[in-house]
Formats: sequence, structure tokens, C-alpha cells
Amino acid sequence: MAAITGRAADRPFPPGRYDVVVVGSGPGGLQTSYALRRLGVRHAVLSRDDAPGGMFRHLPIFQRLITWTKPAAPVPRTSREYEWFDHNSLLADEPELKALVPGLMDRSFDLPSREEMAAGLAEFAERAQLEVRYGCAWEGTRLDAERVVLETSDGEYEAGAVVFALGVTQPWRAAVPGLEHAAHYVDTTHAERYADRRVFIVGKRNSGFEVAQGLLPWARETILASPRPVETGALALSALRVRYLHPYDEYARGGPGTYVIDATIERIERNGDGFRVLTRGTTWDGSLTFDVDDVIAATGFRTPVRDLPQLGLVTVSDGRIPALTPWWESVSLPRIYFAGNASGGARGVGKRGAGASSTAVNGFRYNARVLAQHIAEARFGRTRERPSIAREDITPYLLRELSGAPELLVQKGYLCRVLTAVDGGFVDDGIEPVAHFLDAGGPDAVAATIEVDGSGGIVPTIYVRGRGGVAEHELQPHPLRRYDTEPYERELGSRLRDVLGSRSPG
Amino acid sequence: MDIAESLAQLALFADLTPAQLEAVVHTFDEEVFAAGQRVLRQGLSGGNVYIVVDGEASVQADGRELRTLSRGDVFGELSALTDQPPSADVVATTMLRCFVIPGPQLEEFLLERPRVLLRLLRMEARRLQTAGEWRQ
Repeated sequence: MAAITGRAADRPFPPGRYDVVVVGSGPGGLQTSYALRRLGVRHAVLSRDDAPGGMFRHLPIFQRLITWTKPAAPVPRTSREYEWFDHNSLLADEPELKALVPGLMDRSFDLPSREEMAAGLAEFAERAQLEVRYGCAWEGTRLDAERVVLETSDGEYEAGAVVFALGVTQPWRAAVPGLEHAAHYVDTTHAERYADRRVFIVGKRNSGFEVAQGLLPWARETILASPRPVETGALALSALRVRYLHPYDEYARGGPGTYVIDATIERIERNGDGFRVLTRGTTWDGSLTFDVDDVIAATGFRTPVRDLPQLGLVTVSDGRIPALTPWWESVSLPRIYFAGNASGGARGVGKRGAGASSTAVNGFRYNARVLAQHIAEARFGRTRERPSIAREDITPYLLRELSGAPELLVQKGYLCRVLTAVDGGFVDDGIEPVAHFLDAGGPDAVAATIEVDGSGGIVPTIYVRGRGGVAEHELQPHPLRRYDTEPYERELGSRLRDVLGSRSPG
Repeated sequence: MDIAESLAQLALFADLTPAQLEAVVHTFDEEVFAAGQRVLRQGLSGGNVYIVVDGEASVQADGRELRTLSRGDVFGELSALTDQPPSADVVATTMLRCFVIPGPQLEEFLLERPRVLLRLLRMEARRLQTAGEWRQ
């Protein structure tokens, strides 16, 4: 073990042995630590930063989030239902820790600014008195059958499980010859640097459009290019639509100055003080060459996984994201879990191709809470309380959950409420990944989740697990998404008759 | 090897130019399943289409193994095309890496790429010839 300096000795979590080590002090790390503490799991939290907040201390560059927080809502801020109206605050059980972001917003938008979001996270860490060992960098990893050893700038930490909550924040460049000479999204910083310049942006996803939007008042010409066409239908339903679509609007109107091009970038060459970009069309025949002053790689980010790939970490998306089980554990390295943005590496059932919201705080805060519970149970035998539920309450309870449970509304088709048959009755098993419920087998049980149909419609869905496997029941959609009414009680009651009736005392 | 290079070696995509293949890779993504994980679910709607890039899987119905799948095989496409739940499970038997096309997008994907459609038809024809009794 490395020598502990005087400063290090005053900090929490000195090197040593812990049940769990959480790495990262952004929203994913803070939420995981909060949930583990509530469950009584002894853990250390390490962060190379010197304050809480993770990526929100630096990003997004153009200063406003794309996920809403509505300071005014039809439910109290301390209610569970309010979480649907506030996609940016971390979750807590104590009223004084709930919904901290709306109280910090100036209300000029219902989307917090970067500073408001960062302040909300700092406030959460402070009020919850979450301890973090700041200034402690993870540098290497060793694995054996029983434990994980993290080598850090402060010494070695040994744990039965490690949760990495490091974001998907390491700049990633697509394999385009010459792109290594370009600035990355994270290097753009001030838009005025691009005053009167011709700028070529590689990438047409969130960060590409965000940069382009930020440069519109400054740049002389803006070109966005990537092989995949912009899918306006999909964008209209994505969080991105809220901002950042002006560049596309300008291009779609047909005039010069702003271009959104479907092309493979074949090569980027130095050209005097600027660049020459050679492209080939993907949705049109031919090639185009652009002479520009700047090239910005907005090709995304990767999870900073350091030496884990050498130890066998399997990844997806060209090595950018760890491939995870439904419980957010690496598919290849047992006891290595991911929280925060990288929890998107557990894709879930993906019914009809639907994705979860795991790459934003609104979704991964729930993943972190479910993960903490799973680690406490599966690794440390801390079985949680499972309240019984009376047979006659099951149908109305599931319908109330479908109408307002924020976990189900945000993590559609990904998380579900589970009620399980035990000793002639039913208990509330809490929130679980849908993929686990469908595939793990087990006693008779019912799960409620919200799904999305092929045209974006919201479909309340019930899965019933019995001896013959899992049956699926899609309930009728409702224009106000209120299912806690008599017609739904009748419909769900009849669909659950077999599973509920079989144990009826008479 | 990146995703595009890996897909380029599969028969299904053999006719696509590098630019076309890159557009495909930018539109869809891959997914990795641990051994034992279920990928396609018998009787449950909304499944996607999977192209095996690496690893092996087993097609199972009612506890019986019907066939095994390996690199280059496609599954889930019949159920996506007919909008019917799969009549078999597909379970990873090793670490399984697949390229995934969301079920509702298969039709457009194939119509935009007739050579891929033709290759898929040939694969289906061969499958019918050799294992006529199995329907996904």
C-alpha cells in the first residue's frame, strides 16, 4: 500500500478493504453511493475530481441541458410522482434531499443551465453528506476469483464489487484518416473563437448539432456531415428537438451557408492554415470536397475504462461502451458493474427497437438505485423488505403504477414493477429490469411496465409469469395515460384471473 | 477490427460498398449477450432482427433445441416480417455478439438495399431446403 500523506489521512475512505468501491462523483456515482448507504452496504467512493458533479462541471459546452425540470407541476415536489416533472434531480427518500434542481433554476427555461445542474448535484452531495475521497485517481486494476483490486494515486483498494460511474466522457474520434488533426467537441469551449470562420463538423448526433447550434451566431458557414441521414421523425420524439435543430432548419429551407450532408468522410488534409475535407455521398451519388478553416470532431465519447479491456472487458459500439447484463454487470468481468451514463451498456429488451433513457440522469438514477439493491442482495445477502399486498389490491396498485410511477414512465420497457406469489399471497418485489423478469424464471409473478408501440404510442403492458412461461398483455392506450379507472380494472382483472384466482381462498 | 470491417466479411452485406456499409453501422448498433442470456423470446411480440457477428446461440422451442446459430446467421427476421411473436427462443450458448436491426425498421432497411434483400432470401431458401420443419 502506498504511504498515506497527511492530507490523504484526513480524507474519507483511506486505501484498504471495502465491500464495494464506487469510482466517480458525478450523478451516477452520487446516486449509487446514496442508495448503497441507505441499504447499509459498506463502501468507498473515489473521484479524481476535487468536487462533485462529474461532466456537469464542464459539459455541455453550450450551457443548457436537453432534459426538463418543471418547477411548477400538478403534484408536490416531495412526491414520487414529481420525479416525472424533474428529470435532473437525484433521488432520495428524505424530503429535504428531493427535487433540488428546480429550486436552483432561474426559470427562464424549463431546461436547467449547466451551472444550475452542477449546483443541484453539489447541493445533493452536501445535504446528503455523501462522502467522497476527492483527488484520488483510479490508475489500474487487478482481478482474481474473489475480489477486485483498484490501484489508485492514493494506494490500493480491495472490494467484492466495483461500480464504475465515470460517464461516457472521454473524447472518441471515428476512424477517419486525418481526423486526429481536428479539434474535438470538448475543445470548442467559446463560440466566439469561430467568428467569421468556415467550420466543418463531423457528426450529426447530439454533440454535432449542439456545436452547430452554438456556432450559428458566429461562424460564416457551417457544414455538418456524417454517413447516416438525419431522421426527422425520430428527432421529433427525442430530447434533442428541444434545442439544436436550427442548423437543420436552415439547411432544409434550401439556401446556402448551413449544410447538413449525408456523407462518409474519406480523408481530412491540412490545407494552409485550414483543412480540406474529402467526402463521398451515402444517400446521393458522388463526392464533395470542402475547404474550411476548422474541423470539429463531434463523433462522440467513450467510457474511460483504462486497463479493463486488457483484463477482458467486452465492449460494444466500437469499444466505446461496456457490454452489460440486465443488472449492469460486465458480461465478461464478474463483480465489475457500471452506473451512470455507461449503464446504457445494458440495452434491455429493446422491444420494437425501443431504447431506454439510461444515458441521461432521468433514467440512470433509477438504474443506480436498482443496481445498489441488486448488489446488496446478490453479493452481500442483504435481503430487502418485501411488503405483502392483498389480492384485491393488486389490480388497482398496478394500474396506479402504470399511471404515475416515474421509474416506469422514464425507463419505458426497461424497468418494471414486480409482484411475486409467495406462500399463498403476493409480495411487492419493487422495481426490476424487464429483461430479468422475462428471462430469469421463478415463481408466479406479475410485472407492469410502460412500452412504446411502432408509431411512438404509449402502451401499458403487463407480463404474467406462470408455469408455462411468460404471457404478455398489452392494455388499451388512454389519451391522458390514466389507467386507474374502472374499465381498466375490469380488463386487467380478467387478464390476471388465472394467476390471482388460482390461490383464491374461495 | 471495427464494426464495419467485421460486417463487411459477412455474406449478407457482401454487396454493399464501404460507404453504404458505414451508413448501416452509423444507423444501427451491436449488442453482446453473455452465455445463457435469452436474445429472442418465444411468444413475446416486438422482437428485433439479429445478425450473428461472433459466438454461438441455440434455437429452442418448448425445451427442445432445434438448431444452432453461428457467425453470419440471421434470426428474428421472420417474426419481424410477419409481425408475429417468435415461435422459438434464441439463447446465447457462448458470449454472443450480434448486429441488431430493430424489427419495425427491417422492411425499410431491406427495401433500401435490394442486394441485401436478395441475399437474405437466398439464406431463407437454403434454410427451407435443409430444415424445412423449423419455423422461427
